[in-house]
Amino acid sequence: MELDSLYQEVILDHYKHPLHKKLSSDFSAQVHHVNPSCGDEITLNVMIKNGLVENVTWEGVGCSISQASTSIAADLMIGKSLADALTTVDSFSQLMSSKGTDAGDEDILEDGVALAGVSKFPARIKCALLGWMAFKDAALQSKE
Amino acid sequence: MTPNFSPAEIRKDFPIFSKTMRGGNRLVYLDSGATSQKPRQVLDAERNFYEQHNAAVHRGAHLLAEEASIAYEDSRGVLAKFLNANDDEVIFTKSATESINALAYSFGNSAPNSRFALKSGDRIVVSELEHHANLIPWQQLAKRTGAELVWFSIDSEGRLDLSNIAELINERAKVVAITHQSNVLGTIVPLDEIVKQAHNVGAVVVLDACQSAPHFAIDVKKLDIDFLAFSGHKALGPTGIGVLWGRSEFLNQMEPFLTGGSMIESVTMSEAKWAPSPKRFEAGVPNMAQAVGFAAAITYLNNLGMENVANHERDLTAYALKKFSELRGVEVIGPKGNKERGSVISFTMADIHPHDVGQVLDQYGVAVRTGHHCAWPLMKKLGIVGTTRASFYVYNDEADVDVLIDSIEQAQKYFKV
Repeated sequence: MELDSLYQEVILDHYKHPLHKKLSSDFSAQVHHVNPSCGDEITLNVMIKNGLVENVTWEGVGCSISQASTSIAADLMIGKSLADALTTVDSFSQLMSSKGTDAGDEDILEDGVALAGVSKFPARIKCALLGWMAFKDAALQSKE
Repeated sequence: MTPNFSPAEIRKDFPIFSKTMRGGNRLVYLDSGATSQKPRQVLDAERNFYEQHNAAVHRGAHLLAEEASIAYEDSRGVLAKFLNANDDEVIFTKSATESINALAYSFGNSAPNSRFALKSGDRIVVSELEHHANLIPWQQLAKRTGAELVWFSIDSEGRLDLSNIAELINERAKVVAITHQSNVLGTIVPLDEIVKQAHNVGAVVVLDACQSAPHFAIDVKKLDIDFLAFSGHKALGPTGIGVLWGRSEFLNQMEPFLTGGSMIESVTMSEAKWAPSPKRFEAGVPNMAQAVGFAAAITYLNNLGMENVANHERDLTAYALKKFSELRGVEVIGPKGNKERGSVISFTMADIHPHDVGQVLDQYGVAVRTGHHCAWPLMKKLGIVGTTRASFYVYNDEADVDVLIDSIEQAQKYFKV
C-alpha cells in the first residue's frame, strides 16, 4: 500500500518511543517552532560547546511524522561537529524536496532515510522538517 | 433517509465524483465545511457568462455591458431572496472573510459621533467558538480603537455558556459578532437570546453564517440580526465570491472600506461622495462570473429545497453519530446529540494524531479536514491539538459514512491502537 512508503516501521517506532524527548535544564540555545497550518509545535534545546553538538533535547506535540522526525534528528545530531550537523540538515532538506526520486544517503542520514517517502506527500513535508529546522535555528543561535 | 432526496442522483451533477482517488477508490468527500464541490450547473453558468455576456458591469453603453449588468444584478436578487432580504442590502465581496473585514474597517472608519464608532470603554463581544475569520478582524478593531474584546465561553459539549450574557453584552457593548454554527463542533448557537440582549443595549449583531446558510434556510428578518456574512464556495458556488448583508438603513450610514471606481455618487480632485448601498461597498469591477455562478448554486439549492437539505443532513448526522458511538477509541468532540447541531462531526482518536488519521483515510478515498480548523483558541480551550472533521452536504449518503467508519477502523489497525 502507498501508505507504507510514508509510515515505515522505523517511523512508527520513533513515534511510540521518541528519543531525547525531555528538555534538558541547561542549553546554549532554546527554540520554539510551530507549524501554523496544523498546530504541531516543539521546543528544542541544544548544547553546543567548542563547535561540538553535545546534546539535543526536545518536547512537543504533533503527528507521527513530525514527532518521529524530531526524534531521529535529535539522536543523529548529538556528537556531531556543528559543521557536520548543518551539512546533515541540508542533506535531509534536499531529500524532502526530491519528490520521491531520492532514497537518501544512509551513511549521512541513518534512520532519517526512513522519511524519504514523505517527499511524495507534499502536505507532510513540513511535518518532517519541523524538528530539523528547529535544530538548525537553535544551532545558528548558539553560534552567534 | 429523507424522502425524495437522492444524493446518488445529486452526485451525477458533480463532475468531480467521477475522479479516481488514492488506492483506486471512489471519492468520499467529507470536507464541505472547508469548501463544497460544484455542480455542472454552476460551472456552466460561469462559462456561459464569459462566453455570452462578459463585460464590465455598470459601465459602457454596449449590449454586453447591459447583459452583464443584468446578469450580475439578477444574481444579487437571487441572493437577496435566499436570505429574505432586499436587493440593495446584498453586497458582493470576494469572501466571507472580506465581508467581515469590510464591516470591521467600516466601523473603524466611522466618524466619532456615528453609532458604529468604537472608542475606549466600548465593547466587542465574540465567542470561543469563532473561526479566525470572525475573531481576528474584531481583535484588530479593538486594538485600533481601544475597545475591549470580550467573549462567551463554551461548556464541555461545546455549547455557548449564556449564564453571564447580561454581564458580557452590557450597555457598553457596541458589536456582537457571533458564528451561527461552529465550523469545528457543529454547535448551532442560540441566537434569539443573544440578539434580544444585544438590541436591548443598542449593540448590532453580526452573524457569521458560513456554516449555516449553505445548510438550512436563513431569514434575516426572522433572525432580527443586523449583518451577515457567508461565502459562495461553501454553498456549491465558486471561490472568489461572498456576501455581506446588512440592514439598508445601517449600510447607508456606514463608511466604505475599499474606495475606487463604481462606489461613488460624485468625485472632484479633492472630495468624493459615496453612492448608496450596495454600490458604496463594491469598489472596482466585481467578480461578475463568480456572482453569476453563486446565484446558480443558490438556485440549485432552492431546487433541492433548503428544508430537504436540512432534513437530509440532520438524518445523515444522526446516522453518523450513532455509528461513531459504536466505535471504540474514538471520541466525538462537541455535541453528542443531534439537537441544535449541524452536519459536522469532529473527533479525536486515542494515540493517533488527526494528521495521521487524515492520511490513512485519504488512502481509502475519504477526504476530511484535520488540524485546528482555523479555530486555534477553541482547540486550546478544549485542551486538544486538533481534531479530524467530517462534514456532510447534499451529495453525501449513508454509504459515505460507512466508508468513513471502516477507514477509521483501518487507521486503528495501521497504528496498532
